[in-house]
Amino acid sequence: MRTALREFVLDDSGMPESDDYLVALGPRLRWRGDGRARTVRRAWLDTFDWRLYRAGLTLELTTGRGSGELTLTGRDGAVVAAQQAGAAGGRPKWPGLLDALPVGPLRERLRPVVGVRALLPVARAASTVHDLRVLNSDDKTVARVTVDRMSVSYPAGAVLPPRLTVTALRGYQPQADRLADILAAARGVTDGAAGALEAALAAAGRQPGDYTGKISVRLAPHAPAVTAVAAVLEQLFDTALANVGGVLRDIDSEFLHDLRVAVRRTRSTLKLAGDVLPDGLASRFRPEFKWLGDLTTPTRDLDVYLLGFDAMAAGLVAASPAELRPFHDQLARRRAAEQRQLARGLRNTRFSKLTADWREALGGAAATRKARPAAAQLAGRRIRKAHRRVLADGAAITAASAPELMHDLRKRCKDLRYLLEIFGSLYDPGEHWQAVRELKSLQDCLGEFQDTEVQRGELRAFAAQMMDERTAPAATLLAMGEVAAGLAVRQRQARGEFAGRFRDFASPASQRRILAMTQTAAS
Amino acid sequence: MKIFATYNIKGGVGKTATAVNLAYLAAKDGYRVLLWDLDPQAAATYLFRVRPRVKGGGKALIQGTRTLDGAIKGTDFDNLDLLPADFTYRNLDLLLDAAKKPARKLSRLLGPLRAEYDVVFLDCPPSISLLSESVLHAADALLVPLIPTTLSVRTLDQLTEFIAGFDGDRPDILAFFSMIDRRKSLHKEIAAALPGQRSDVAATVIPALSLIEQMSVRRAPVAAFAPRSTAARCYAELWAEARNRAGLPPAKPG
Repeated sequence: MRTALREFVLDDSGMPESDDYLVALGPRLRWRGDGRARTVRRAWLDTFDWRLYRAGLTLELTTGRGSGELTLTGRDGAVVAAQQAGAAGGRPKWPGLLDALPVGPLRERLRPVVGVRALLPVARAASTVHDLRVLNSDDKTVARVTVDRMSVSYPAGAVLPPRLTVTALRGYQPQADRLADILAAARGVTDGAAGALEAALAAAGRQPGDYTGKISVRLAPHAPAVTAVAAVLEQLFDTALANVGGVLRDIDSEFLHDLRVAVRRTRSTLKLAGDVLPDGLASRFRPEFKWLGDLTTPTRDLDVYLLGFDAMAAGLVAASPAELRPFHDQLARRRAAEQRQLARGLRNTRFSKLTADWREALGGAAATRKARPAAAQLAGRRIRKAHRRVLADGAAITAASAPELMHDLRKRCKDLRYLLEIFGSLYDPGEHWQAVRELKSLQDCLGEFQDTEVQRGELRAFAAQMMDERTAPAATLLAMGEVAAGLAVRQRQARGEFAGRFRDFASPASQRRILAMTQTAAS
Repeated sequence: MKIFATYNIKGGVGKTATAVNLAYLAAKDGYRVLLWDLDPQAAATYLFRVRPRVKGGGKALIQGTRTLDGAIKGTDFDNLDLLPADFTYRNLDLLLDAAKKPARKLSRLLGPLRAEYDVVFLDCPPSISLLSESVLHAADALLVPLIPTTLSVRTLDQLTEFIAGFDGDRPDILAFFSMIDRRKSLHKEIAAALPGQRSDVAATVIPALSLIEQMSVRRAPVAAFAPRSTAARCYAELWAEARNRAGLPPAKPG
């Protein structure tokens, strides 16, 4: 078996097509070619938000005849798992969900990393590959070298300089190391440790991990607030647009989720800090982004139901999961209809006008010469205000308070959370993380309370509709009743946990943290 | 991990040729294969062009001062590794004698390699010794090459009897006729009759072919340098029989 890889890139200026030059690099080594060159087609698969790359994994699909082979490698280039890409006779289509892969260790290794996201090609290339061996005096192979001449076809066309991979045979590591040292010292040879995927993407002007749903723009504390807010809005806009294609093609549920989050953050930024923008821009665009947010809500609500369906069915005690099937089918039908509505909306001129106008408006805002307030000043004032509001509203909630008050508090918490996210780069990362963590714990409790409330209401509406349409057998309605009862239990539990969570959030230490964090940044 | 051992008390009956070719064919099926050349003559090691040397010798392996893992060499073939022979293996009997529970020693030494290999072949030196006893205990299946003579059939019976006396797991025995000379009527008669009479004798026979002898010149499995030859076909059939009896599917599942 082979172990330990080292990769090199050859300077291709004037490089001949044959491998003679390679022999010239190590004239005292005994080389042998392994027959004719092979053609290898490759696609690298990852989720849209680069979950594999971020976990230090690379998934490569090589195709020739048949369905192709998938190889998952770790950061050190060692193979973690490999298997045929298709189940018996089938060839999975990409983008595709993990369940399209045959059952096996590779799929199971990917599952916790990939989650609900689809795998899609992030780069494609075709290579001519020569296999060579280096032999010892017994004509025994001690190392293998592949020469890979790669033409990238996606995300953009490019021809890469030849890549050399040195592979040691087990028990012959010193010989492979010596070969690698000879190659490393040769003229026109550079280190290729960055890997073929990185090289293929770099040729197209991209790099792995270049999409994130998080706000990553770095703000300067003393920069004008208007510049900072415009920069954040610009990034949110890019994130929203990056997801539109995936939403229209309905690749996986997270495109819509990320689009919605970007829109919600945009709306919150406009509401909570939009007053620093010129020309009444915030009030002009807030209704438009509300329209966009509302457009996405029905599909997302149904996604949430469907994503949690298996867990919901698994939690049944009296009814059997199979009895919920008609409910699942109903949800799936409704979702398909809502998705069509959503796609129509996104292809609508109102959406294209919104994107064009918003881009232009942001360009104008960024060019505004208004030095005051500074970013950290504005952020500090707004965060402290939102924080005070959460403290006041939370303190007013008692065991007898109406659910609406809990719902209102949840909205205030969201305001604070978005402000912390938008202006996060201004603060000490440790303090900021701690502040978000404390808030998140409270939000999770409020979210559970509110979501179970909404879902119970929806469940009743679905049941009534299915009765009307005569699509629900009695067993299904009973199972839905059991689900509703489970939701009521969860809601009561969340209500019971609220006081403790709020106490932690409102602790003097936590309050001092918010104050100190925001004041230090503004000073 | 399935452990096959090629074993016969006699030398020159085709044990090494069988181990080398079957290990190669198992690797071609996608199994991760290790061949341990236990014979100090190092014929299998020579055929794979590996130098017959193990750091610390057999003593270090048996006494556990070095692991098997560190002595393994990759062959020129995908999925196929070799644990080379060493001249000090001639003393393995003495070393085993000094060890605790010598009959179980090889089995214990191979234990840590379970996660790494699907199939192990043990190529044993011709003898009845503590080493062979340890091999018989470690193996799931014995591949016993037989020269078609009445005497060799008696030897198989003796081996079967010996194994029947083992406590606990006993290896499955698959004998097969090897080095069949088609010009000799006795060879032909015994090789034709016995597989039908005994379930422990394979239907496949390996003829005496010059191509098999050429392995020592080509220094490679015959299935690698002459894949379409009769010799390669015979070994493929023998591997299919051995594999089926061991309950391994034709190709390693993805």
